[in-house]
Amino acid sequence: MTEELHDVRLSVNGNTHEIRVPARRLLSDALRHDLKLTGTHVGCEHGVCGACTILVDGNPMRSCLMFAVSAEGSEITTVEGLTNPDGSLGHVQQAFLECHGLQCGFCTPGFLTTITAGLRENPTPTHEEARDMIAGNLCRCTGYQNIVKAVERAAELGFETDASAPSSTTGSAS
Amino acid sequence: MKPAPFAYRRPGSIAEAVEVLAGEPNAKVLAGGQSLVPLLSMRLAAPAMLVDINGIPGLDKISVEDGGVRVGALARHAAVLASPDVRRVQPLVPLALANVAHATIRNRGTTVGSIVHADAAAEMPVVLSLLGGSLDVEGPSGRRTIPASELYLGPLESSVGHDEIAVSAYFPALAQGAGVAFEEIARRHGDYALVGAAALVDGDSVKVGYLSVSDVPTVVDLTGVADADLGEAALAQLDPAEDIHASAAYRAQLVRVLTARVVRSAREGIQ
Amino acid sequence: MTTKLMGQKVQRVEDQRFLRGLGRYVDDVAVEQDVLHAAVLRSPHAHARIVDIDVEAVLDIEGVHAVFTWDDLASCTPQMAEPLPLLIPHPALTHGRTQYALAKDEVNYVGEAIAFVVAEDRYIAEDAVGRIRVDYEFLPPVVGIDAARAAKTLVHDDVPGNVGARMEQNVGDAPAAIAKAPHRLELDLTIERSACMPMEGRGTVARWDPDLNRLQLWTSTQTSTGVRAAVAVKLGLDLGQVDVITPDVGGGFGVKINHPWPEELLVPMAARVLGRTVKFTEDRREHFISSAHERGQVQHIEVGFDDDGRLLGLNVEFWHDHGAYTPYGLIVPIITSTQLLGPYKPHNYRVVFESLYTNTVIVTPYRGAGRPQGCYAMERTMDAIAAYLGKDRAEVRAVNFIQPDEFPYDQGLIFQDGRELEYDSGDYPAMLEKTKALVGWDEFPAFKAEMAAQGRRVGIGLACYVEGTGVGPYEGAHVHIETSGKVKVATGLTTQGQGHATVFAQLVADELGVKFEDVEVVTGDTRRMPYAVGTFASRAAVMSGSAIHLAAKRAKEKVLKIAAEALEASEDDLEIVDGVVSVKGSPGTSIDLGTVSVLSNPLRYAFDEASKAATQFSVGDPGKPPVAEDDEPGLEGKDFYSPERATFASGMHAVIVETDPETAEITILKYAVVHDCGHLINPMIVEGQIHGGVAQGVGGALYERMAYDESGQLLNASFMDFLMPYVTEVPDGIDIDHLETPSPLNPLGIKGAGEAGVIPSAAVFAAAIEDAEGLTIKAMPISPSELYALRLENS
Repeated sequence: MTEELHDVRLSVNGNTHEIRVPARRLLSDALRHDLKLTGTHVGCEHGVCGACTILVDGNPMRSCLMFAVSAEGSEITTVEGLTNPDGSLGHVQQAFLECHGLQCGFCTPGFLTTITAGLRENPTPTHEEARDMIAGNLCRCTGYQNIVKAVERAAELGFETDASAPSSTTGSAS
Repeated sequence: MKPAPFAYRRPGSIAEAVEVLAGEPNAKVLAGGQSLVPLLSMRLAAPAMLVDINGIPGLDKISVEDGGVRVGALARHAAVLASPDVRRVQPLVPLALANVAHATIRNRGTTVGSIVHADAAAEMPVVLSLLGGSLDVEGPSGRRTIPASELYLGPLESSVGHDEIAVSAYFPALAQGAGVAFEEIARRHGDYALVGAAALVDGDSVKVGYLSVSDVPTVVDLTGVADADLGEAALAQLDPAEDIHASAAYRAQLVRVLTARVVRSAREGIQ
Repeated sequence: MTTKLMGQKVQRVEDQRFLRGLGRYVDDVAVEQDVLHAAVLRSPHAHARIVDIDVEAVLDIEGVHAVFTWDDLASCTPQMAEPLPLLIPHPALTHGRTQYALAKDEVNYVGEAIAFVVAEDRYIAEDAVGRIRVDYEFLPPVVGIDAARAAKTLVHDDVPGNVGARMEQNVGDAPAAIAKAPHRLELDLTIERSACMPMEGRGTVARWDPDLNRLQLWTSTQTSTGVRAAVAVKLGLDLGQVDVITPDVGGGFGVKINHPWPEELLVPMAARVLGRTVKFTEDRREHFISSAHERGQVQHIEVGFDDDGRLLGLNVEFWHDHGAYTPYGLIVPIITSTQLLGPYKPHNYRVVFESLYTNTVIVTPYRGAGRPQGCYAMERTMDAIAAYLGKDRAEVRAVNFIQPDEFPYDQGLIFQDGRELEYDSGDYPAMLEKTKALVGWDEFPAFKAEMAAQGRRVGIGLACYVEGTGVGPYEGAHVHIETSGKVKVATGLTTQGQGHATVFAQLVADELGVKFEDVEVVTGDTRRMPYAVGTFASRAAVMSGSAIHLAAKRAKEKVLKIAAEALEASEDDLEIVDGVVSVKGSPGTSIDLGTVSVLSNPLRYAFDEASKAATQFSVGDPGKPPVAEDDEPGLEGKDFYSPERATFASGMHAVIVETDPETAEITILKYAVVHDCGHLINPMIVEGQIHGGVAQGVGGALYERMAYDESGQLLNASFMDFLMPYVTEVPDGIDIDHLETPSPLNPLGIKGAGEAGVIPSAAVFAAAIEDAEGLTIKAMPISPSELYALRLENS
């Protein structure tokens, strides 16, 4: 018995893609295997680790807890969309580089999207707020100390470079 | 961990959703999906069809009504938590919601969905029960209102019919001179509570609702009980269980501690 | 560039791709291609005989390409049908057992692989797995060390008492020394199972290339050469027909050193049979039930000591739960036995262990690899001695330290590398002083009293460890300077987040005098460096770092030789800066490395500007062969580092905790680490390793354990119930201080750093909580619920 396939139009990082997938295709798998955007990683498939976190209309969500068919009509941003159009690192990415906020890099995309949205909502977090911003993402390598520093550094960098950038829900870095 | 195959419908209206549900006895409603999707991925559930209501317009409304606030089926936890109306009308809701998982889960999960999911370890079912709220559902015979007291039948089992779809939840307003408080203790930040308690104090009336202490959301009336005896009085009506995270004795201790804390805190909060 | 990079906080090169989401982990490999996906049927029972396997229903499913059971393995090669290799045999391991790639007649743990399905995608493969019917005959499972010891039932019929191994080591006569010691104590301790739990699980991709008659294998491993050898043997291929490429790896922490996993054999077997690229990526539940765990032990300690707390004799017996099979031999309990001594002199030491079978997931090294358990035993003993004598816990330790002038110090034991346990360098007294200062040890009693007056309970703990790092047998490196001037470096061990590409490039840039950006390092690719061991035991910086340093030296020697001839100067007068060789003090007389590279390879043809530029120099004697007898074309250096013995890093942790009098919740107020890993190549990376280790230690001490029920079901096989710390569970800031006692055993004076953060965690938290509560802690990890129970017991 063949599974019913659905035509789904996904808007990811400002580009439109048409895919044809079963309803049960998780959004995480669609991004990775149908769109070949392998920057979004799968750590648990039960919504706990956060490695699969993407932005849906600017809000962080677990792509492993969504079906591709449900995502039509939303503007999706993945880690690939956080890089500047000229290929340079966005300020959250840059902060991670400076602060040694990653080791194996597997959980990192989920942190980057989460923090990008978090700083957009709260550009000047206190230390407690910086910790709270990343409290839903697991990392096994870094012990979080440098990730917290990266959040605070990203806030600094965001101010330095970007005070007038529009808060956008498309794929550009902010 | 991938789900088993299912048919998929995305109705454009409540009426259409009801019709689809009626035609498929083994269907489940997909709203936030934060509880449902992991069950599907782990193949602990394998419905023949998912009815995705995320496309139905107008279901995400949060509105103040006479005597309370109404939250639509598609209102995400994050929106309810951030709503100034909800905070003003019934502050217990945001107090509890802040403890639901993590912000990212709250961006997608729905408050009504949590209420229907009927998990006794979740925050919103017991908050609804404590406040004496209700759930509006739509089915083949039309719309009906289920009071919270009739909503919870057993573990993960609500009285919403399989051919009915929850449309909104209603939280009564905090009365003048009443106070509320919420506190839970979990192993890690954002985890399911080992024990949680919500208190509603109104004049002499003292009621406390508990999460993670029983199979169904449980509200205990502690009116007239002396402060020092609150914990034991509550325990007399509860049966905390043991699991890999906590012994029954420890849960009982947390019931004692949290009961005292939330009742005190609710009293202190009275304007 | 004139500043040395050694010791600098150089930003990592690998971040450039990781931050952009352009890392290439095993599940990303071949994602653009038409790949088949695999799923595994795993045993739902801890102990059962397989009566029948029915795969009929599977073959009809659209999209399924193949299903394999043990019966199919023999038609691949006879070796495939045999048990997996027992990687590290040992005379004491008298009853070692390994599983089959697919279960033959019996399953011995929930999760053991029974059948392998290959399909169009993972979804369909899982559907197929769900349709396989297996008839089982239940057998009683053995779960937990107590049940294993009681041996009312056996895991393996031919392993009496469930004892896989019994091993004893003696230095002097501990029982006699204890008997006549002025004071004696006995302790019974337990430490529970946990696991590495990297964010990325295991995975393997294989492609058989019929044009080249070669197998290409990508696998998320800590040992490319180990997997290569195992796959070649099992699949009946020549070693030379197999390439193993380690992709980016999302964490290992030890679990990816075990090999070959069944899937690492089944994937290439299926790829060959089906003529397609095949991929297997495990999901998180599979990682819980079919990779590996570690840490579970029961320990009995007897110690004799004098009035100052000086150890006179130490007699340790412990029981180690190694799960259902022993592919990795006895490494973990051997490390416990030997590293237990830490920085102390026991004078007389006896250690005996039994390594036991249970019907649970196999046990292979997890960061620390037996040292945490040993440190726990030793440090709890030190605390008990101090409590008994009413002495300061730091003083009792200090009295037992090996002194700085006693190095090298031979503990009289054989270490995990089969060599003498001889500590090369260290300064434990200085380290203790730093630790006390960092945490405020002497000021703590006053703080404790102040808190007590407010009704708050606080406690302080201290724990010391010594870690044998940089074990052999060897690692190698290849350095190649191309005609572009770029330097390509390869070493065979692997990377799982330690920043090897950056750290090793620092070493090459320093040694060769090239720009850091011009150095590219590849790890774990058998095509680039086929002689290697692997990444484990905190050995990468020491082993590959040293090999790379030596290889770069060789390359530099050749550079100078050729450049001297080209510039008509003496080698001693030359310097290399930013990839240009020039005469010191005469910058106009120079030649760049790319040109030297051209000159090193006397080709007939000029391909690029570099080749053309080279023609202005003349090297070589027209009367002699263009390539001398003892020389080779090209500008390469290859070398290996093989140490006589391990080099011993050390450290001390101290923690201040607060316990809630009502809820027994445990909060970390301060965490201090003093750490000695010799010279640091990149302090930023070392600190990152400490942060990560401490976080895993917090997890292991306060949150993580594998919860098996009596039927051998793992009750918490998910991230919801296996409690790894989020940022909110780790201390807000870790105070770190360093000591550097260089290693005399390698050219850079470095020691390993990867595991240190996690070694003393159980010990230090037990000590601090004990101090806060005034009750004895024997079992770790400890949760608030368990602390509450202890309080009730003690009241």
